[in-house]
Amino acid sequence: MNIEQLLAKRVLVLDGAMGTMIQRHHLEEQDFRNAALANHPYPLKGNNDLLSITRPEIIKDIHRQYFEAGADICETNTFSGTTIAQADYHLEHLVYELNFESAKIAKEVASEFTVLNPDKPRFVAGSIGPTNRTASLSPDVNDPGYRAVTYDQLVTAYKQQVKALIDGGVDLLLVETIFDTLNAKAALFAIEEVFEEVNCRMPIMVSGTITDASGRTLSGQTTEAFLISVSHIPLLSIGLNCALGAAALRPYLQILSGKSDFHISAHPNAGLPNEMGQYDESPAYMAEQIEVFLKEGLVNIIGGCCGTTPDHIKAIAEVAAKYAPRAIENAQASDNK
Amino acid sequence: MKKDYTLKLSGLEPLVVTPESNFVNVGERTNVTGSAKFLRLIKEGNFDEALAVAREQVEGGAQIIDVNMDEGMLDGVEAMTRFLNLVAAEPDIARVPVMIDSSKWPIIEAGLKVVQGKCVVNSISLKAGEEEFIYQAKLIKRYGAAVIVMAFDEQGQADNYERRIEICNRAYRILVDKVGFFPGDIIFDPNIFPVATGMEEHNNNAVDFFNATKWIRENLEGAHVSGGVSNVSFSFRGNNSVREAMHAAFLYHAIQHGMDMGIVNPSMLEVYDDIPKDLLEHVEDVLLNRRPDATERLLSFAETVKQKGKQEKVDEAWRSKTVEDRLSYALVKGIVDYIDADTEEARQQFSRPLEVIEGPLMAGMNVVGDLFGSGKMFLPQVVKSARVMKKAVAYLMPFMEEEKLKSGQTSNSQGKILMATVKGDVHDIGKNIVGVVLACNNFDIIDMGVMVPTEKIIARAIEENVDVIGLSGLITPSLDEMVGVAKEMERAGLKTPLLIGGATTSRVHTAVKIDPHYSGSVVHVVDASKSVPVVQKLIGKEAGPLFHQNIKEDYAKYREEYANRQREKKYLSIEQARKFDVKVNVQNIVKPSFTGTRVFENINLETLKAYIDWTPFFQTWELAGRYPQILNDEVVGKEATKLFSDANEMLNQIITEKTLQANAVVGFWPANRVGDDVKLTVSENTTMLHFLRQQNEKASGQTYSCLADFVAEDGQNITDYMGGFAVTAGIGIEKLIAAFEKDHDDYHSIMVKAIADRLAEALAEYMHELVRTQLWPYAPEESLSKADLIKEQYQGIRPAPGYPACPDHTEKTTLFNLLDAENTIGLKLTESFAMYPTAAVCGYYFSHPEAKYFGLGKIQKDQVLDYAQRKGLSVEEAEKWLSPNLAY
Repeated sequence: MNIEQLLAKRVLVLDGAMGTMIQRHHLEEQDFRNAALANHPYPLKGNNDLLSITRPEIIKDIHRQYFEAGADICETNTFSGTTIAQADYHLEHLVYELNFESAKIAKEVASEFTVLNPDKPRFVAGSIGPTNRTASLSPDVNDPGYRAVTYDQLVTAYKQQVKALIDGGVDLLLVETIFDTLNAKAALFAIEEVFEEVNCRMPIMVSGTITDASGRTLSGQTTEAFLISVSHIPLLSIGLNCALGAAALRPYLQILSGKSDFHISAHPNAGLPNEMGQYDESPAYMAEQIEVFLKEGLVNIIGGCCGTTPDHIKAIAEVAAKYAPRAIENAQASDNK
Repeated sequence: MKKDYTLKLSGLEPLVVTPESNFVNVGERTNVTGSAKFLRLIKEGNFDEALAVAREQVEGGAQIIDVNMDEGMLDGVEAMTRFLNLVAAEPDIARVPVMIDSSKWPIIEAGLKVVQGKCVVNSISLKAGEEEFIYQAKLIKRYGAAVIVMAFDEQGQADNYERRIEICNRAYRILVDKVGFFPGDIIFDPNIFPVATGMEEHNNNAVDFFNATKWIRENLEGAHVSGGVSNVSFSFRGNNSVREAMHAAFLYHAIQHGMDMGIVNPSMLEVYDDIPKDLLEHVEDVLLNRRPDATERLLSFAETVKQKGKQEKVDEAWRSKTVEDRLSYALVKGIVDYIDADTEEARQQFSRPLEVIEGPLMAGMNVVGDLFGSGKMFLPQVVKSARVMKKAVAYLMPFMEEEKLKSGQTSNSQGKILMATVKGDVHDIGKNIVGVVLACNNFDIIDMGVMVPTEKIIARAIEENVDVIGLSGLITPSLDEMVGVAKEMERAGLKTPLLIGGATTSRVHTAVKIDPHYSGSVVHVVDASKSVPVVQKLIGKEAGPLFHQNIKEDYAKYREEYANRQREKKYLSIEQARKFDVKVNVQNIVKPSFTGTRVFENINLETLKAYIDWTPFFQTWELAGRYPQILNDEVVGKEATKLFSDANEMLNQIITEKTLQANAVVGFWPANRVGDDVKLTVSENTTMLHFLRQQNEKASGQTYSCLADFVAEDGQNITDYMGGFAVTAGIGIEKLIAAFEKDHDDYHSIMVKAIADRLAEALAEYMHELVRTQLWPYAPEESLSKADLIKEQYQGIRPAPGYPACPDHTEKTTLFNLLDAENTIGLKLTESFAMYPTAAVCGYYFSHPEAKYFGLGKIQKDQVLDYAQRKGLSVEEAEKWLSPNLAY
């Protein structure tokens, strides 16, 4: 059964935070190094994507925990898997390997679970992060026309990542935590180019981030403007993640749900960070918040972002099982392929 | 089922073109081919004014702005990119979608690469054949834009009805069938040509356009029709009244026929119903080609029409408000147009230019902050406000310079401040405001911008020898990044004060997470207005050191308060907490010079004098302040000096007369950790020391400490060691006290107790130093000043039972038995586990480099049960002694 067919039947569950789970291992610099990186002259600690190569068993174990908790889809450990983001660590040359290996190990774990229970097939979504640069905002207040990254640079970087993710065996692509829509458009552009080159398509999920109380993305777009700006590509789903807790996400999910024919996804944080920068919504509390929009039929895919754990996903999966997925009038409306 | 072919566009906000939206008005003034003024501004590089043109369009009602940079002398790609990037930073303009207007594909593509919303490309056509048309259309689709298709093909521009529908039909089929273009995203421009040109073949131009429009809307499902309206009145240049009427009438009929988008100058448009009847009749005769002499009749009628240009309708009501309100309005709306004049007006009302900044301008920025906080403004708008602020400040700068010269102040800056937004974060508005305010206060600002890696911050700080480093950040990962910067600054041996600011930062986070990692001052600054006094104090020559100490103490207090609050929150089970114990590396264990105990009697008090930390002495007398600064304190300095001199007099007397005796006993034993206990081997026997572990939940990555963690685990064939000590400087004190009390001399009675206490603490410090360098020589090379000793800047710790890391007083019994303290040094333990004489200190020695003091915090019942069992106490008894630490 493919994912579209499954989505017609039930709400699918996406996994939770990777970073939070990695933190539990109290890793040190040496965990981020292998033989090839032994003499890498720059610190690598904190480059979580790298763990797919240096400590794959940790990453596989995290995928496993999320699948055990009931996730249908896991995200690859590739949030920062572009040359742009990896430049911080001077690891641009490893981008292909990072993405390929991340996809490969995630797929291995997913297959283990699918074999055990073919009625609940597991999917791997290649996680494509926003990079750490904004294509439509200037980092220099004295020169609002300046840009730290160009569209072309983004497209080049995203193409490398997408190609490697596909080669590594992902089932879907997830462009997520979009704070600047222009970055996301570059990612979608890159995806389309790769699809054309490899002559295949796969479902694409897109997930934006509402960053402040005004209900806009960091680059200033309203939820609906964001939706319109990325709807030129036939998407499996559009949604929101990060930045806000489940409750605060609801009004914006209502907008997406009311205005889009794509499936709707949400993977909120475990609440808003407190004054120490920690997320403290418990699994039960978060599931309760999520139940509100499941009841309203707002979503088709639900999961967790920063601060969520397998316990959160378990609680979310349990409550998601109780509700029918959001109905879509023109389920396959995107006929402009 | 009817397909939904709605055209949806977006800037920062959506523009959904429904049948009800009637007509989408595209602003045309930002077009170098249509506006001489705009061309001049772009050529001169006067982008501020060029943006003002765009803003006027939007304020005047344009729902889309058309941007065209097609001019031979311009680098079109560069100009399009630059202008659209600048538009993106102007939320008032960027809220509407952009129409990228060019006849050159590279310019179109450059525009598509810088616009985040869904824009419109204006235009492509079949002029150069199908292949190029398909190529461009495919890319436009991939970039995510709608497209205007000109009625133009290989044969040329469509100039009659048949050619128009033929070309549009062909283009539509290619777009929909071959490219897969969404029909709603296709907009046809069937060419609006001038009428009343005097050439007969032009007479039906408008009618053909209307009919072609109708045909497109009825036959090409989903497609829209647009056009450049001003073309139609080309013959009447110079006669705006007629042109305005022609535009209005043309639009009226075009819309009737289905045109739903158009490029119109709103200031060149009359309201259809307001067109004088006679003029309208003449105009419509021409447009609708109703009579052969229509053109001549309109031309002669036009001569009679009075010139009356339309008034610009920009809301300028705010200009009549007070200067404070105007500045506030300009800041909130991000309007720079009047800022210089308004700032000047404000400057004349205040005695000093700086007061304008600190007064009305900061007040305006506070309004901005409030609006942002409540979601009524969003980031790009706030950035604009910051720019207006900057402009106002720039205006005031020369006046401030002048003031400085007049006052004879040299231009020497107050200090050099390095500012940076930390790695991974792009937010800098707050940082910039702080920078501006500090610069206005005569500090030199080195602004490193955003996403600055730690090593660059440190390198630059050292290179420029800055006085203060300011870190800023908005997103939560920046909090950790700042902790990292603090750690690295410490490692680099910096002492430069560190300022922390930004939306997610907090005093609590600064106190709990950043301050402990840096020995220099760390101060959280709530907003720009607070930054100036803080920085002045931090780098003040006299006040600096004291402020540093006060800040450090304050932040320690905040940490404690936070810990107290946390205790009421969440806890890990003791098993879970044990999983996150402190994992110390147990190599290089140093063996003590002896095991068992050793007694030191009659220690020279003169020696101890140098080890005294006098600050707590003054606290005993309730004088607030640090020694030695307290002696010169404005308020209590005199009193403190007197007290200090009295104390020294008495101390010297005690030293010469040897009225107090100082004794110490120290012991070392082989030791290994067993869970949360430490097993000591005391001449073949085993003694267990019982410790408690932190349980209140912390951020992931944090450890849950227990003193036992600092000793090597049992069963690994590593023999580690632990020490214990008890010291007193109070032997003989009863006699002294009795003598003073007899004379009712409370002052000296309290004084002698306070001095004995200080001597006991000094003795503990002295013994600890002796232990580290000789008795258990794990730090034989250590050479620390007395001040550093007081700050405990040495390896290893000496925690005391009953204190935060090991709050169980009953453990003193074990320690006293180990040391045989009563018999060796005359120190007794009372029933309630207090020491007598009271001028005494006892505790454990841990030598591990990672051993650190910590507060246990509150603990849960599961640990208490476990602890009682380990200790062989009843649960009630354990709870009694641990009651201040119970979380239940």
